[in-house]
Amino acid sequence: MLEYTPKEMIKRDSGGMINPAKTCQPVGAMYAALGIHSCLPHSHGSQGCCSFHRMHLTRHFRDPIMASTSSFTEGASVFGGGANLKTSIKNVFAIYNPDVIAIHTTCLSETIGDDIPTAIRQSEIPEGKVVFHANTPSYQGSHITGFSNMTNAMVTYFSETKLADGKKEKFVNIIPGFVNPADMREIKRLTEEMGIKYIMFPDTSGVVDSPMTGKFEMYPSGGTTIPELKKTGDAKFTISLGRFASQMAAESLEKKCKIPFVSLKEPIGIKATDEFLMALRGAFATEIPESLECERGQLVDVMTDTHFHFHGKKVAIFGDPDVVTAMTEFCLSLGMLPVHVLTGTPGGALGSGLGGFEQEVKAMLNEAGVCGNVKAAGDLFTLHQWIKNEPVDLLIGNTYGKYIARAEDIPFVRFGFPILDRAIHPYMPVTGYRGALRLIEQISDALLDRCDRDAADEDFELVM
Amino acid sequence: MEDVVLLKGREQFVRQKGERHQTLPISCGAESVAGCVSQRACVYCGARVVLNPVADALHLVHGPIGCASYTWDIRGSLNSGKSLYREGFSTDLREKDIIFGGETKLAAALDELIPKYQPPVVFVYSTCVVGIIGDDLDAVCKAAAEKYGVPVLPVQSSGFVGTKSIGYQTACDVLFKLIEPPTTKLLLRRRPVINYLGDFNLAGEAWIIRSYLKKIGIDVNVVFTGDSRYEEIRRAANAELNIIQCAGSMFYLAQKLEEAYHIPFMQVSFLGVEDTADSLRKIARFTNDPGIIRRTEEVIAAELRRVMPDISGYRTALSGKKAAVYVGGGFKAISLIRQFREIGMEVVMVGTQTGRREDYEIIGDIANDGTIILDDANPAELERFMLTQGADLLVGGVKERPLAYKLGIAFVDHNHDRKHPLAGFEGAVNFAHEVYTTICSPVWNAVKGGVVRGDL
Ligand code: SF4
Ligand code: SF4
Repeated sequence: MLEYTPKEMIKRDSGGMINPAKTCQPVGAMYAALGIHSCLPHSHGSQGCCSFHRMHLTRHFRDPIMASTSSFTEGASVFGGGANLKTSIKNVFAIYNPDVIAIHTTCLSETIGDDIPTAIRQSEIPEGKVVFHANTPSYQGSHITGFSNMTNAMVTYFSETKLADGKKEKFVNIIPGFVNPADMREIKRLTEEMGIKYIMFPDTSGVVDSPMTGKFEMYPSGGTTIPELKKTGDAKFTISLGRFASQMAAESLEKKCKIPFVSLKEPIGIKATDEFLMALRGAFATEIPESLECERGQLVDVMTDTHFHFHGKKVAIFGDPDVVTAMTEFCLSLGMLPVHVLTGTPGGALGSGLGGFEQEVKAMLNEAGVCGNVKAAGDLFTLHQWIKNEPVDLLIGNTYGKYIARAEDIPFVRFGFPILDRAIHPYMPVTGYRGALRLIEQISDALLDRCDRDAADEDFELVM
Repeated sequence: MEDVVLLKGREQFVRQKGERHQTLPISCGAESVAGCVSQRACVYCGARVVLNPVADALHLVHGPIGCASYTWDIRGSLNSGKSLYREGFSTDLREKDIIFGGETKLAAALDELIPKYQPPVVFVYSTCVVGIIGDDLDAVCKAAAEKYGVPVLPVQSSGFVGTKSIGYQTACDVLFKLIEPPTTKLLLRRRPVINYLGDFNLAGEAWIIRSYLKKIGIDVNVVFTGDSRYEEIRRAANAELNIIQCAGSMFYLAQKLEEAYHIPFMQVSFLGVEDTADSLRKIARFTNDPGIIRRTEEVIAAELRRVMPDISGYRTALSGKKAAVYVGGGFKAISLIRQFREIGMEVVMVGTQTGRREDYEIIGDIANDGTIILDDANPAELERFMLTQGADLLVGGVKERPLAYKLGIAFVDHNHDRKHPLAGFEGAVNFAHEVYTTICSPVWNAVKGGVVRGDL
């Protein structure tokens, strides 16, 4: 595999992709929508897209992923899909009976310019049921943008201020970003340990990692409820984790309901987790409980025990911008050298005066004195070329990295979305101090297994 | 069935075999109802599935990124040489291209890729958006073909023009364009030469069938399209027979080859011991060569001696269990009904995504009374019928797996995620083994047991 990638960097003027490091908006929107309780995501377009998106999520989460489709035909594509959408809404409530339908568009319905709000207004929506939408044309952004747009739609449709002016309730909104349900659980656990009330949205825990009961639940017990989404407008403040996936919704909430927000990295690694807890502590004037101090202490202990495994090791990191940024920071804190850092999502256009992905990662590398390649809107062909020119000791990224890992014979740690060829990942958090422990275990195992494999007989040792 | 709520408009797609109930015909090949949680894919998906295994071709998806991302190396089609087909190429259309048209970007991508990879043939797939913005794919491809002297073929596969089956047809049309008139004098050849259609070499299945045929004295000219090469495809007309495994995807190509080059075709199935043996006999009889017919019997006898002890063992363990089948094509469903009988199991529900009327007629004939037969099912229907029919196992594809597991029902993948071959005699053993491992796994005890709340 990948025997075609040449070492010399070639000019790539066409703007096309070779071995993409991103996918399209609707899959992110579908994932975000699953984080609402009793919600059926609806794909407004032809069947193919919906089928691909469900397949992709199904492979990653290994849980049934439900979503309906407008099933566009040629007629709908020429004359507009409004009628299809109205029929869909009627059918979906009649048969699948969700509490909420979350519509996202596809390239097709965007290109023909369907007016979704009007179609929704003209639909028969049963009493007590809700339909909302997000525009997710895939020729802009990536699946991360889609997640962001759908999360933003939750704010624009639902958040409301109930309390008298300026009054706020004592809880925090947490927008977790495009992470696994286990990470959402971990972020909630940390918040609970702090003794702070919260509303997390979207929250896919309990939905895409639902327990086996011997029954198929179309709508498992997890997910943020609509009353909770409404209440987000009364929070003391909002923490948005991962600015590419979450910041847009936090900004809308600020504009709509005057709720201040802080935009933080995904709490991956020690520094980002510290920052998350400090933000909570600062806003609620509470102390960090001993339980969390203890977890942090354990993490630091393990970091000291293992630091020589990592020191000076070159690493390449790729995947979604929010988790890649945080992972880069963590690798630096372990003494590693992230010499190639790449995301497929275009970086920067979405930034709100915060600079782009490339700037942010470069700043981190500069500060640590590491010289590296950094690219947003890149593809895995580029990453592979970089690695050919400057080999690394470790590759960290989603399943698609396995080709490069094999071609270049590099140890590989699976991280991010999607992971299609290994189980369990959605169940194991990488966020928080405990998540960092797990990452250390994975990274150091990968490096040491490699040492053992490569060791000559006379160097092969029991104790490392 | 009466107590099962069916989506309005879906009544015609579901039947239960038996006197008390309505009988066939079932509706099929129709458009899905808007608002369905359909398991179906699109034209592009169909075309891609068929063409993608052409191993030395450059497959460029013209459209926004998703369509290419999801189909980048998702099918485990094995190959024996260089594997350009496993790279994911996309023009990654952006907003600007949607507004001003994507032709320039497509031409630029071809200019970048063709000199770099020097492929013998290029397939350019159009996706929905391209169909809507009206890029002139033909013109861009033609220009590139002239410029670089390689065939650059447009695959008109905008997803919305129909279902996966239309995509199969589109792919067949494209393949047909590559095929040249016959060159060799067939009579001069010492061994019969045939084409094998409708095998995508998942887990190396095409290699197994090729090896059986070789043993009985027949050469395979080209496989469509598992582990195939441009040069082989060009020579496809140099065959005296086409055998078709997956009819859903390849029937149309076989017809076209018969019309154009008078190559007869026959439908075969290499799923299950019985079907595999029957198919080999059918092929042997066609050659009318006593040596081949004799060797075929020898090969079958030897294979049966080899695999039957295993199969009988599994049969004892699985006797009386019930299976549900939900697969892509009708012919596979038919074979599976027979194959389950071989291992002592009864099929109680059978459905397909793209089955044809004739397939459903055969299914109606061979299914037991009471069997539920359904076209283009959705998860809610699958769930209900699996439960009401008491299925112990589901055969399906990626999206059906977790559904079955959540219901505590065993599962076998008969689509792209399988890791071992399920075709031929050894495939039959693998299949029985897989059915056995999943049905008889101790994990189901954990599912059924459970901890009663308050017990601890
Ligand atoms: S058409 Fe657009 S939405 Fe559909 S799969 Fe392709 S990129 Fe994604
Ligand atoms: S956009 Fe069209 S071609 Fe692409 S996946 Fe969707 S339905 Fe298929």
